[in-house]
Amino acid sequence: MDAKLGLSGLAWGAALLLAPLWLGLINRVKAFFGGRQGMPLLQAYYDLAKLWGKRTVYSRTTSWVLRAATAWSLAAVLLASTFVPWAGQRALAAFPGDAVLMLYLLALARFGLVLGALDTGSAFAGLGASREAWLSALAEPVLFLGLAVLALRQGQWSLSGLLGGAAGWPDVAVCLVALAWAVVLAVENARLPVDDPNTHLELTMIHEAMILDVAGPDLALVVAGSAVKFSVFSALLVGLFVPVDRGPAWLWIAASLAGMAAVAVAVGLVESTMARWRLPSLPRLLAGAGALTVIALVWVLR
Amino acid sequence: MTAVAWTLALGALLAGGSLAWLLRHRPAWAASAGSGSACLSAGLGLAASLPALQPERVFQCDLPWAMPDAALSLGIDPLSGFFLSVLFGVSGCAALFGWGYLRPEKHGARIGSHWFFFNLLVASMAAVLLARNALLFIVAWELMTLSSYFLVVQSHEDENVRRAGWLYLIASHIGVFCLLAFFALVGRTGGGYEFARLAGKLPVAYSWLFLLALAGFGLKAGLVPLHVWLPEAHPAAPSHVSALMSAVMIKLGIYGLLRILTFFDVVPPWWGGVLIGLGIVSGVFGAAFALAQHDLKRLLAYSSVENVGIIALGLGLVLLGRAWLIPALTAVGAMGLVLHVLNHAGFKALLFFSAGAAARGMGSRNLNMGGGLIKRMPATGVFFFIGAAAAGGLPPFGGFVGEWVVYSAAFMGITQVPIHWNLWAIAALAGLAAMGGLALAAMAKAFGALFLGEARTPEAGNARETTWPLLAPMAALAAACLAAGLLGPWLCLKLQPVAIAIAGQQHPEALAALRQTAGWLRYLTAAGAALLVLAGLLAGLRNRRLRGEAAYGPTWDCGYEAPTARMQYTAASFSQPLARSLSVWLRPQVEAQLPAGHFPQQASWQTRVSDLFQRQLLEPLFRGAAAGLAWLRWLQQGRIQLYVLYIAAALILLVLWGWL
Repeated sequence: MDAKLGLSGLAWGAALLLAPLWLGLINRVKAFFGGRQGMPLLQAYYDLAKLWGKRTVYSRTTSWVLRAATAWSLAAVLLASTFVPWAGQRALAAFPGDAVLMLYLLALARFGLVLGALDTGSAFAGLGASREAWLSALAEPVLFLGLAVLALRQGQWSLSGLLGGAAGWPDVAVCLVALAWAVVLAVENARLPVDDPNTHLELTMIHEAMILDVAGPDLALVVAGSAVKFSVFSALLVGLFVPVDRGPAWLWIAASLAGMAAVAVAVGLVESTMARWRLPSLPRLLAGAGALTVIALVWVLR
Repeated sequence: MTAVAWTLALGALLAGGSLAWLLRHRPAWAASAGSGSACLSAGLGLAASLPALQPERVFQCDLPWAMPDAALSLGIDPLSGFFLSVLFGVSGCAALFGWGYLRPEKHGARIGSHWFFFNLLVASMAAVLLARNALLFIVAWELMTLSSYFLVVQSHEDENVRRAGWLYLIASHIGVFCLLAFFALVGRTGGGYEFARLAGKLPVAYSWLFLLALAGFGLKAGLVPLHVWLPEAHPAAPSHVSALMSAVMIKLGIYGLLRILTFFDVVPPWWGGVLIGLGIVSGVFGAAFALAQHDLKRLLAYSSVENVGIIALGLGLVLLGRAWLIPALTAVGAMGLVLHVLNHAGFKALLFFSAGAAARGMGSRNLNMGGGLIKRMPATGVFFFIGAAAAGGLPPFGGFVGEWVVYSAAFMGITQVPIHWNLWAIAALAGLAAMGGLALAAMAKAFGALFLGEARTPEAGNARETTWPLLAPMAALAAACLAAGLLGPWLCLKLQPVAIAIAGQQHPEALAALRQTAGWLRYLTAAGAALLVLAGLLAGLRNRRLRGEAAYGPTWDCGYEAPTARMQYTAASFSQPLARSLSVWLRPQVEAQLPAGHFPQQASWQTRVSDLFQRQLLEPLFRGAAAGLAWLRWLQQGRIQLYVLYIAAALILLVLWGWL
């Protein structure tokens, strides 16, 4: 029991440490497709260190809300990550219903960034906040429908039991949920085709527009939070296929690392080959994802 | 002991209310008498109702009454004890708030009647909860409706207020009519008007009786499509009255449903489906309409519709559990319902209080006129923030705990209810998720537009922090919201008798499921505490790192040199993308004057969202009814003698009918 908990803790710590690496990997993939040399793989770590060391400028319009929000957003994401089964190990904290707690902690993090954006009084930040609230409100039911499919299939209600392909080989339902959640991953992590993290026009951004007025150590907190959040969503996708707490640990650790890398590469591929969708067509993307989960539901109930 | 406390509490309410009315020409005295007695009765009432949460403290007394077929039966069991505790908890806070909110010098003699009806409302709600006889229940219910009507139309020189009051009065009486019919029919089929004798007596075949009660109580609870009076009545009433109505009065509709459900011995599963369906529709539409509102109190009223939807979902899961004989599901669903009733009472009262204070501070309820209030009204801002986060269902506040338990019940429904009926549980899960996202956006909009950014009007820029009688109840409720979020396991154990009373029987599986839920709630407590500590730690690290070196400047705004407050995102612009995605249902009406020419001088854009159900369903229905019943107009001659004749004729007919 204790050894297992220790392994879970180790996996969690490693996942947090590796979180910025996946962002670096995405950038390398994009650089490769763009025919550029690209930034170093560890650039995200350097960025975090640089931001943490910088001074900051707060807008005079802002209040305690922005300063508290950057801290509580990262705290919420970090806590949410403790409920995720990393690398085929049981999550550090697992109980029936932890999936709801995890998703609501992520919602708390988002609430923080949205309020922080409105706190600056900037038109661009307000625009980003509005779009973020809009898209995640549409994405929430897709996530939960996916969870319902898994709950129906597995009869369990903790993430460590829902994920992990617990009932043998992944079937059609699991693959459909994975597809739907891949869309949610793009929405929640400000990735193409929903949001372009590298655009140079603030009007076209969502997540980056929200944090325009955040600088220095506060920005470091936000960037770290986005990195961990991306890892969490990748782990949800990978976890659909990697068994939890069964078989040789080294095998599933290796498989999970490969899976996380594959998600990052896939995101890089999508970003290299696709343009951003027009905003009004994004609800259709999410409706499509929702339809996939409904089909998965029918498959399980058949 | 209990009887003495109740007599004192109700006596204090009635005496204080009457005194306030007698002193109406000395408004300051009237306010003190009315609100002081309401506070005193709240203390006494809490002392009397909290012990009733233990089932061994059940109390029942029957006093003779001069009405035929009726006794003055009063009783208190865990179910009514719980609702009474919520009632007195909120009424005490509302009385203190109202004392500071309604200024005697401004409202004059009206203060006396206000406090008279306020105390009467609290007393009649207590009577509804204490009544154990159908006739007494209906009388108390009607008294509650009338006293709240007079509170709603307090500022009756405003035409909108009169219209809202009229709508409320009509809607309530349609509800009362359904309930009268329900109790009359129950009395004939179930054998009497005493609740004690009715328990478990009604056969399942009387489903139409259930639907009648659902219409009557659902109207009071504000279930869609019977919610239309809510967004009209709440903005019209003073803030502390809206708080009392939203936090407690609409819950009495839920209480009524719970009470009459004990009359049935078996329930068919489709009742659960009906309630889950109503819950999803109420929750999703309530949250979507809340998001589209620009009037702060209308937004909060629609948020109440949403939360009643969550409570109805919980009740639907209870009924599914009862129908399929799954005691664990029944008990956990009941616990979710109870916790959400409690939490919603706390955060909605808090939101109405802080919204009232903020609206007074900036002189408008229009969200698009607010902004920057957090710097002018810091304490109110903190309290509104806590209320908004709790209403958005975020940890570590109370709202999340209740929603989490409802989620758990939905999950139990998915895995334990027989296949195809469990689709209702899946729908409940997806519905809860949709409500969660929309409600969070609505709360972010309300808090952001009012308190954050720069003031959009000079009035908002000159707002000043409110006074202590308004802040003290807010502080108490904010603390309660946080405590409810962190004390989930304790609450779950304390409220266990209430959940068991709703579930109907003390099955060992039900008790085990509740104990298990309490155990899992400990994780929520731990996560909430860890969140507070971790966030504090990160903020502390950041501040240490900055060592006060932070510089201050204007908002960057992408290099634009002269940003003005009018360039900020308003409440309307914040909700625009979601409102457009949902435009099929919301049907926003746009009045636009688009910029024209190369140097446009003027442009404006205004959107208004009116209620879909009111416009598309109820208004045509009522117009049709009015047209269809026009031939009966000759009855209405407007002469009082004629009406006396009608009454006499009706009495003679009744006597003849009884005699034959």
